[in-house]
Amino acid sequence: MNRLKTLTNGLIRENPVLVLMIGLCPLLAVSNNAINALGMGIAATFVLICSNVVISLIRGVIPDQIRIPVFIVVISTFVTIIDLMMASYLPPLHKSLGIFVPLIVVNCIILGRGEAFAYRNRVFDALLDGIGMGVGFTLVIVLIGIIREVSGNGTIFGSARFIAHPAMIMILPPGAFITIGSLMGILNWTRNRQSEKDMIKKEEKE
Amino acid sequence: MNEISLFGIFLSAMIVNNIVLIRFIGLCPFFGVSGRMESAIGMGMAVIFVMTVSSAVTWVIYNYLLVPMGLEFLKIVTFILVIASLVQLEELFMKKYIPNLYKSLGIYLPLITTNCAILAASFLHVDYSFSFIQALVYAIGVSLGFIVVIILFAGIRERLDTAPVPKALAGYPIAFFTAALMSLAFLGFKGLFGL
Repeated sequence: MNRLKTLTNGLIRENPVLVLMIGLCPLLAVSNNAINALGMGIAATFVLICSNVVISLIRGVIPDQIRIPVFIVVISTFVTIIDLMMASYLPPLHKSLGIFVPLIVVNCIILGRGEAFAYRNRVFDALLDGIGMGVGFTLVIVLIGIIREVSGNGTIFGSARFIAHPAMIMILPPGAFITIGSLMGILNWTRNRQSEKDMIKKEEKE
Repeated sequence: MNEISLFGIFLSAMIVNNIVLIRFIGLCPFFGVSGRMESAIGMGMAVIFVMTVSSAVTWVIYNYLLVPMGLEFLKIVTFILVIASLVQLEELFMKKYIPNLYKSLGIYLPLITTNCAILAASFLHVDYSFSFIQALVYAIGVSLGFIVVIILFAGIRERLDTAPVPKALAGYPIAFFTAALMSLAFLGFKGLFGL
């Protein structure tokens, strides 16, 4: 039960992007179409899982004072691996993600999970946490990618165009801000309504 | 990229390809410290200082150490470690020799290590294969672009605090919409200088 909670924590309740507000740069920059977004999500998830596992494995050996530099070396090793792998197997994706592949190093989600979770927990739990957080990040970035691609280009995952006159602004930089602003607004609105309903229920009981 | 003048590189880095609004790099500090004007200026000044120094150092390390030894693939590991330790060094140096500056920028320096704009500037001058002077001008342009945008944004956000915003949009969502409008304005410069 507890393990299940670790796994699902990152999906909604502690979603790294929507709730914790970290990892914004790649989220907005590469979400102009769904394929790029999916590629970024998978790359970040890979790095997150691997670095969580390794940090958890070596946590007994690292001196406490220099743990952050050690985390950074571990993370950048895996980023280098995924960068080289993408460059040789998926060159078009690597080209369109561009500088944001190496920038996974400074994605606060990965360092944050290493410090807050993997450094204090056993390997298996760290693995589950990495999977949960990674999938949570991927879901949000793909959702934003789909919204922007459908409304801005009239396609989905590079399919044939099914909207004749899409709003081009959505795939340009301002569209990213508009999409995430609206998503958070909707989230706040449903939350407010929920808490108002709870208040009314309480008053009725009294 | 050698045919572009230094002035072109500077303006393109600062305005046309603004690092925050067009490239989406350095968004965390952009939203994190822009709540108050003072902190926005402090962060912006710290970024100018650190980005210029770290771009110069990473340029030398990349072109005189990594390239001759054929170790270009190690640039991610090297750059992040160099920048992290450089920030520490700069902090010590400032504390000892420029205490006034340290007093006003000190608290922003540790935050800078996680500012992806610094690392991005180093990767970008490698991508564009700039010469040393070009890389330096580029770094100054990028950081000036950062400070201009963060100060404008802080000014708007201070006004937003007292504006009648719908309840669901208060706080971050309305800040995102503001950033969208600013980004739209900067999009108007697109295509200038051909970078």
